[in-house]
Amino acid sequence: MTVDTRCVGSVLVVYVSGELDLNTAPDFRAAVEEQLDARPDLANIVLVLRDVTFIDSSGLGVILGRYKRLRAHGGRIVAVAPSPHVRKVFELSGLTSIIPISETEDKAWARMSGV
Amino acid sequence: MAVKNHVTLEFPAIAQNVEFARVAVACFASQIDSFTMEEIDDIKLIVSEAVSNVVLHGYDEPGGLVRVRVAAEDDILTVSVEDEGRGIADVSLARQPAFTTAPDRMGMGFTIMEALSDEMDVSSTPGAGVRVTMKKAPREPGSEGNEQGT
Repeated sequence: MTVDTRCVGSVLVVYVSGELDLNTAPDFRAAVEEQLDARPDLANIVLVLRDVTFIDSSGLGVILGRYKRLRAHGGRIVAVAPSPHVRKVFELSGLTSIIPISETEDKAWARMSGV
Repeated sequence: MAVKNHVTLEFPAIAQNVEFARVAVACFASQIDSFTMEEIDDIKLIVSEAVSNVVLHGYDEPGGLVRVRVAAEDDILTVSVEDEGRGIADVSLARQPAFTTAPDRMGMGFTIMEALSDEMDVSSTPGAGVRVTMKKAPREPGSEGNEQGT
C-alpha cells in the first residue's frame, strides 16, 4: 500500500494504492495525520481510491477516524473512483451515508465546493 | 467437476498474516470453477475480517495462533477461523453492527461476514477461544463465471 498526498488550498488530496487492511491501515493513518498536523488549515479530504485493490473494515475504520477528526471542525471527506468491490464494502458498512462517493476527481471537487 | 479438498493453515495472530490468509483462501476457493471474480473478492473479505478479529481481539498476550480451515465439497466452500484465546463473553452483542471496543474501528466485521456468506456460525467459550464458520456457494452453480481467472 502506498499513500501520496498533495495540498490544494484547504483540501488534502490523498491517493491510495494497493490493499488497505489491518496491516497497512497504520501507514495510511500516519501519512494523513502528518499532513493534517503540519497544516491546520486543511479542512477537507479528497480520497482517491482508484488504485485500491482491496479494503476491509480495518481500512474503512482508519478512513472513518480521519473523517471524525475533520468533522469536529466542520470538514468532510469525498471518496473518488473506488472499484466495484471497494464501493460494495463502503455501501455494506453504511459509510457512504457520511462519506459520499464521486466517480471522478472533478466531480469530487464540484461536490466539495457545493456546485 | 465438483472439487473435494481441504487445507488447514496455522499461523501467529499478527497483522502481517491477514493478507496471507485471505490470498491463500482465495487461491483455494478458485478451485471451485463457478465462483465469479466478485465472489472470490467476497471470500477474501470475509477471511480478512475473521482473521483481523483474532489479531485484534483474540488474545490478551502476543504469540497466539490462528487456525484457518478451508474445505470444498459439492461446490460449497466452508471456511472456519478459530483461536484459543480469551473468547467472546456475549456473541450476540459482538455480532451487532457498529459494536466495537476499539478506536478507529468500524465494528462492522461480523456484519460484513454475515452479509457476504451464505451461512455464518460463531461459537465461543470464554477463556477457550472463538470459532467462526462460514459457508459460501457460487450463486450460479456449474457456470464458468470464473473463467477469467483470479
